Amino acid sequence: MCLAVPAEVKSIDGMMATVDFGGVSRTANISLVDAKIGDYVIVHAGYAIQLLDKEEAEKTLELFREMLEQENAGA
Amino acid sequence: MFRLRDREMSRKIIDKLERMSLDLTLMHVCGTHQDTLVRFGLDSEFRRIGIDIRQGPGCPVCVTPPGEIEEILAIARAGVTVAVFGDMMKVPGEKGSLNDAKADGADVRIVFGVDDAVALAKNNQKEVVFMGIGFETTSPTIAAAIRSDPPTNFSVLSCHRTVPPALAAIAEMGEIRLHGMIQPGHVSTMIGTRPYEFLSEKYKMPQVVAGFEPLDLMMGVYMLANQVRDGRAEVENEYSRVVHREGNLTAMKVLEDVFEPSDVLWRGFPVINGSGLSIRKRFETHDARSRYSDLLASVHEKEFSEVEGCRCGEMLRGILTSEECPLFSTGCTPANPLGPCMVSREGSCHISYRYRKKQAVR
Repeated sequence: MCLAVPAEVKSIDGMMATVDFGGVSRTANISLVDAKIGDYVIVHAGYAIQLLDKEEAEKTLELFREMLEQENAGA
Repeated sequence: MFRLRDREMSRKIIDKLERMSLDLTLMHVCGTHQDTLVRFGLDSEFRRIGIDIRQGPGCPVCVTPPGEIEEILAIARAGVTVAVFGDMMKVPGEKGSLNDAKADGADVRIVFGVDDAVALAKNNQKEVVFMGIGFETTSPTIAAAIRSDPPTNFSVLSCHRTVPPALAAIAEMGEIRLHGMIQPGHVSTMIGTRPYEFLSEKYKMPQVVAGFEPLDLMMGVYMLANQVRDGRAEVENEYSRVVHREGNLTAMKVLEDVFEPSDVLWRGFPVINGSGLSIRKRFETHDARSRYSDLLASVHEKEFSEVEGCRCGEMLRGILTSEECPLFSTGCTPANPLGPCMVSREGSCHISYRYRKKQAVR
């Protein structure tokens, strides 16, 4: 139910956008987010519900590594 | 796309947790979290190292009480077109499911989202009722549709529920001793992390908002274990690539514009104050309860009980696991479900049935 999948905004027409789920194109309603072409959004039940911070996503593994290293130092 | 599945790091996290000699009971409230936990064998791996993770009231179809199932069945049987998410079709009512009603001639459509139901109403002269179920991930999308001036033959039967009051109910009921909660990532994209803070303040509950990749959940559990070890009770955010403390302010404004809190029953729970979402008077044209009040009066007069032997209620409160139910995979299967936890793909019984032969990835 709360399944939501990241997709890239390819084009925008009013409240609707064409988004790309890694090769599969669909339309999504973007009225709940401030999205522009090239943004990554999280799509749930036909609506983009939030922007995905691509840099933060790319940094996630690095952040995890740092967290695990820090704990190592303390443990 | 953005898959977090690093085997070496997974092993490192498990090793670190194992060295902590833990004996923890945690709860999450999300079918997608349960899917990740069971599909990748994480639940059994965590159990091996002293971490028991229970699925609480985190499946919208499962927590919808029998009375609301009867409401949509009554509307469908009266000849009105109803549009629902696919998981609702098999939920048993007193005299059959929506699938049965459809077989008997009712016009029941499965839709992917609320906009499909609005389109159905636009292209159809008949009345269309959309059954709105789901938590704060979904309810703002339904609010957006109601606000966007849909045709007058479109209405919503709001069965939406909000997560924080249910978490408080779990903590307040005290049936299960929890050492921490894993909060739902996509509900949190909408509401942010602030609405969970009272749980840490009032109940000293450690909390982590987590994403849905295996490593997200493993890091979430690791962060919770560290909070317990350090004697902290905070709301931490593992899913920072999508979740922010303030949430999606636009979506929450739309939600509050259309809905107001109400006191509602949850399956397995008593009435939880302020945990429902009723459509505001201003939008009553699109409120199925107002529109079909005469038709629903007889449903509202009756009390509906659970199917005999079904223990979904206890599972939704985290005090029973699917495998502990005597009916699991014997008298109750996805093909012939007795209760909603075996119907919905997000229900703990359906998930256990689907993946139970899978072993840990390790």
